[in-house]
Amino acid sequence: MVWPELGRYGRVWSPWREMERLQQDMNRILSRESTPYSTTFPAVNIWASDQDVIVTAEVPGVDPANLDITVAENVLKLTGARKPEELKPGEVSHRLERVSGEFARTFRLPFAVDSGKVDASCEKGILKVRLPRAEADKPKKIAIKSQK
Amino acid sequence: MAEKEMQKREASSPVETERTTARKVFIPRVDICETKDAIVLLADMPGVDEKSIDITLEKSVLTLLGRVEPETYEGYRSAYVEYEAGDYERAFTLSDEIDRDRIEASVKNGVLRLTLPKAEPVKLRKINVKSA
Repeated sequence: MVWPELGRYGRVWSPWREMERLQQDMNRILSRESTPYSTTFPAVNIWASDQDVIVTAEVPGVDPANLDITVAENVLKLTGARKPEELKPGEVSHRLERVSGEFARTFRLPFAVDSGKVDASCEKGILKVRLPRAEADKPKKIAIKSQK
Repeated sequence: MAEKEMQKREASSPVETERTTARKVFIPRVDICETKDAIVLLADMPGVDEKSIDITLEKSVLTLLGRVEPETYEGYRSAYVEYEAGDYERAFTLSDEIDRDRIEASVKNGVLRLTLPKAEPVKLRKINVKSA
């Protein structure tokens, strides 16, 4: 069937393209099968304005002392560890759905950050980092002189 | 569905009852382990504190309900989203071996910890037989 394919891609059907598509589909399916839960921990939301950025992350059960936040230019790095519950002898685990271990996530922010003015808080298992934009990075308005 | 699986699993239908708010409901991830004299349940509920959590025990069904207000920041736009805020709800059926009057709960760093002590084994009662 050539004509429906033409309609779908808007170009001539090619077996190579079809193979590529199959490969992509397979990769997607396999990667989902092997990790029923996402391995990205912690999940992060980013809120932005012209002046600063707020990064929030869900870090339940992570001791704020085990959480490191580093900022360089416009790159934010969150590293830390969530300790697994240690089982004493004689204790049996029935369910293990929560992830534990070390994590590291890196984000590129839309602008350079004044690393001295970053403040972070961790409440109720949610980390909130506020990163103000560096003064040098702020856009400057250039006045146009009119010539007479 | 997006390429990346979301961190939280959304409940396919809120546990048996319908809700009056339009907020999303998530199933908290849970670890359960059994010690010599109790069953310990840990549930990840980021955004929940001791005031916004309800634990109810009705007959043998233990229901956890955590309420989370969605976060909004005035003057900011959402630039990148990996998780959504919503309530947490999950129910467990307890066996008879749990002592229901001594269940303890605490919450720290967004993790709920429930201790369900096992009941004392029923003592044998000997019935004396009188001679008639």
